[in-house]
Amino acid sequence: MSNERMLMKGNEALAEAAVRAGCKCYFGYPITPQTEIAAYMSKRMPRCGGVFLQAESEIAAINMVYGAAATGVRAMTSSSSPGISLKSEGISYAAGCDLPCVIVNVQRGGPGLGGIQPAQSDYYLATKAGGHGDFSVIVYAPSSVQEMADFAVKAFDMADKYRMPVMILSDGLLGQMMEPVVFPEIKNNEPEKDWACTGHNNQRRHNVVNSLYLKPEELEQSNIERFKKYDTIKQELPEAETYLTEDAEIIVTGYGAAARIARSAVNAARAEGIKAGLIRPITLWPFPEKAYADTVDTAKAYLCTELSMGQMIDDVRLATSCRRPVRFFGRTGGVIPTPAEILAQIKLIKEELK
Amino acid sequence: MAVYRKPHSLEDISMHFCPGCTHGIVHRLVCEIIDEMGIEGDTIGICPVGCSVVSYDYFACDMIEAPHGRAPAVATGVKRSRPDRFVFTYQGDGDLAAIGTCETVHAATRGENITVIFINNTIYGMTGGQMAPTTLPGQVTQTTPFGRDPKIAGYPVMVCEMLSQLTGTAYAERVSVDSPAHINAAKKAIRKGFEMQKNNQGFSIIEVLSTCPTNWGLTPEESMERVRKEMIPYYPLGVYKDITAENK
Repeated sequence: MSNERMLMKGNEALAEAAVRAGCKCYFGYPITPQTEIAAYMSKRMPRCGGVFLQAESEIAAINMVYGAAATGVRAMTSSSSPGISLKSEGISYAAGCDLPCVIVNVQRGGPGLGGIQPAQSDYYLATKAGGHGDFSVIVYAPSSVQEMADFAVKAFDMADKYRMPVMILSDGLLGQMMEPVVFPEIKNNEPEKDWACTGHNNQRRHNVVNSLYLKPEELEQSNIERFKKYDTIKQELPEAETYLTEDAEIIVTGYGAAARIARSAVNAARAEGIKAGLIRPITLWPFPEKAYADTVDTAKAYLCTELSMGQMIDDVRLATSCRRPVRFFGRTGGVIPTPAEILAQIKLIKEELK
Repeated sequence: MAVYRKPHSLEDISMHFCPGCTHGIVHRLVCEIIDEMGIEGDTIGICPVGCSVVSYDYFACDMIEAPHGRAPAVATGVKRSRPDRFVFTYQGDGDLAAIGTCETVHAATRGENITVIFINNTIYGMTGGQMAPTTLPGQVTQTTPFGRDPKIAGYPVMVCEMLSQLTGTAYAERVSVDSPAHINAAKKAIRKGFEMQKNNQGFSIIEVLSTCPTNWGLTPEESMERVRKEMIPYYPLGVYKDITAENK
């Protein structure tokens, strides 16, 4: 497998790309609809000198990632929504210790045990409340099998660049579907990790990986330093795809699977003479606010589409400073909206604008 | 002539442990062994939540602080990524036998090649003296004010007995540090755990019966007496599993 075009499942493309990106340790636990990642890794890792281990729980898996990342190697875990809830403790610790690692969430419907069909109801979990304490993780939202592969590589690079956990927020649709994929070329972007716990070989003082600060002022200072890093990230990292937005009156917005459906609806609206466009956030944290700010003068209304009851819509309202109406259309619980349903919403807004 | 001195791998700073607490003795034993084996530069220690939580300041090897109960999972990640390194965890009873039971049992059954130092003092020390999974029947704690009633709060977890049933456990021994003779035996047991790790023999656990004078409401001397009179009869000392003995 070099740079040829392959037909692969999203989950497997992500796993293969992670290995190519230098992932040395994968720890996972079975849960639908992400289990193909673990299954792929169990075959692939032993062949390339990497570690695959099926953990006893999601909690153990993220803590194994925490341990491996603390030694400086590239480490990853994957799960689906209920499992990510369990990992949130470990994600908070990894963020508090500034440990680079990659967490994949192939979302399914919730809350509770929910269902096993695709959903996007973990947007808050990924971008607002990934665990206790003051922290964020970088969140990438792939929208195709190609991006499942591309963002796996990007996730490891950004985790190392900014020394923090990165989440790939996918969903059951992208994880299970097959599409052609060309694996991206890998540049060695792994920096020296002089902070890692590798054994000091009697050459330096001991390294400590820790998130405990018993003095309030020290904890506050550590949080302030981390948020300075977040400010840099907010400058450097936001990414979005815009489609037909320049003259658009109605801008549909959505990420991941929802964006694929929204694009079809935008095309259908254009075919009927409605000036519709699409903003597809690629990074969900940091949120690509500029893409919205750039259109808020020309657009008349926004339509946020999600496979949820409406979560990203909060960020869309903030990014547009509530200067234009932001409508919502979503299906949830594993129900996937059709382009026709979204087109109907676009037409409804068009009528209202008259 | 042998001179009694602080081990190199034990940092020269004052510890937060209460007077009469045996954590200091156990820290010293671990560090003496690290010095004697010459492995300070090859060792990564993991201390989770509880009274061991700031031990990353005391051990001079590379140190990782782990979430409550998760040390064996963190140690697994460390050891699997760096199998050439010595990896030990240093865990209390609440950490290892309550919130972290799952991680403990599964690290053992996988035969992870790590050494677990388990401090059993029958109480939660750091949070101020609540019932631990190892609290003895009848023992008064902050959350068992009328004494632990097994009908309500269940029975103590016998960690060495439980883990010795698992094929993956290579070595399980319960020791005490209430007397010089017992301290010497404890050191031998901890040394054996590290030696077995060196020989890739798998999961070893050394359970150390320890004191908590502050939360027991006893003097240091009375605390040692309690270990002898109440704890050792309930938690018999000895080797519960040793695959090197079975091979002989």
